[in-house]
Amino acid sequence: MLDTIIDVIASIFMILGCLMSLAAGIGMLRFPDLLSRMHAATKPQVLGLFLLLAALGLELRSWVIVPVLALAWIVQLLTAPVSAHMVGRAGYRTRHLKRETLLTDELATVVAAAAARERKENGEDTESNRADFID
Amino acid sequence: MSVVLWICGTILSIAAFLTIIRLIKGPSILERVIATDVLLLIVSAALCIDMTVNKHTNNLVFVVLACLVGFIGSVTVSRFVTDRRNA
Amino acid sequence: MSPVERLSDAKNESGQRQRATLRQELPLLLWMVLVWGALWQDFSPGNLVFGLILSLIVVNVFQLPPVILSGRFNIFRAVTFLGRFLWDVVLASFEVMYLAIFRGPKTKSAVIAVCLRTESDLIMTGVGHVLTLVPGSYVVEVDRRSSTLYLHVLNVNAPEDAEQARQDVMDIEARLIRMMGSKEELEALNAEPKHTKSKTKKISEEGKP
Repeated sequence: MLDTIIDVIASIFMILGCLMSLAAGIGMLRFPDLLSRMHAATKPQVLGLFLLLAALGLELRSWVIVPVLALAWIVQLLTAPVSAHMVGRAGYRTRHLKRETLLTDELATVVAAAAARERKENGEDTESNRADFID
Repeated sequence: MSVVLWICGTILSIAAFLTIIRLIKGPSILERVIATDVLLLIVSAALCIDMTVNKHTNNLVFVVLACLVGFIGSVTVSRFVTDRRNA
Repeated sequence: MSPVERLSDAKNESGQRQRATLRQELPLLLWMVLVWGALWQDFSPGNLVFGLILSLIVVNVFQLPPVILSGRFNIFRAVTFLGRFLWDVVLASFEVMYLAIFRGPKTKSAVIAVCLRTESDLIMTGVGHVLTLVPGSYVVEVDRRSSTLYLHVLNVNAPEDAEQARQDVMDIEARLIRMMGSKEELEALNAEPKHTKSKTKKISEEGKP
């Protein structure tokens, strides 16, 4: 009886987890620009992997593998935001974005201000100032 | 369980198919990188389901490593990407 | 480390970073031993000791600049934070799913600047990680000197949505400070009046392309 209940829960988790992968796929295809697609690539997968690992833990029912399952999820939690940031940052800097999908862009104002300041100073210091701001 | 396996397999195949379309369409290398990342996660999802249905843990380390490899890949590429369309 | 020291350490180009003391590296060592045990699926003392030896070698051969902890950690706050975080992850996934299926190409987004209260690198990184995983946003650019995060926020249709997103980020930061911020930051946080638009950065619209 208990086995059946656990099986049903695990099945639901598995199907939901797969649906999260599907959501990522649909998002990859349907969002308008690179920066929005990053959201589709990172967020649903985190929950999706959690559900799949939970289903695995429920089916195997052994405490020994729980740390590995937790580790797999924590590794994803730690890496997904960093790769999202790196790709988003590279995308923004190399102008892989559609301005018309952005409602406001406060970074552009800051970048424009910094560029203007640099032009005004136009001396030896400009290079180091710019490096400070960007890196 | 085999019904669940079929449902999950179908969903994941559709997801992989959609991701591969994005991988082909591009238009830039960054899009391809994140599409590859998603594809890798779909593969590790499939491995998780295989382990759950057949009750073994042989691929668990691969699931951990898949996250790390995808991470290193996307970070490396985004580090060296330049402002050139269709690159 | 004060902000000035932090900046000079980051700018130091001699390749010599400040050495971390053993006490500062304890959390890292503990984490590495746990990872070792988890990967072997074996938590017997012999295996853990071997893991400890390996992690000591790794820490000493591949040196990293020290992570400065505040020395404060509230377990109760950590548990509530974790619960809220998991719930937010669930919400975020379904939100992105909904947007991908029903809104698709018409989705509007925005890049906003949020000026954080904290000066600690650790909390800034934590805020960046958490807000990438919960609804709506991820970090595009960081200005470490002024603790400003530039976020890409999905599904922003009006200026109020951007304001809401900014408030959400400040809330995440407040929760993180309550969990592991330094005493000074906690006092500053508690001194803030409730339900105000706290220290958010307003940038004028002029100069917008």
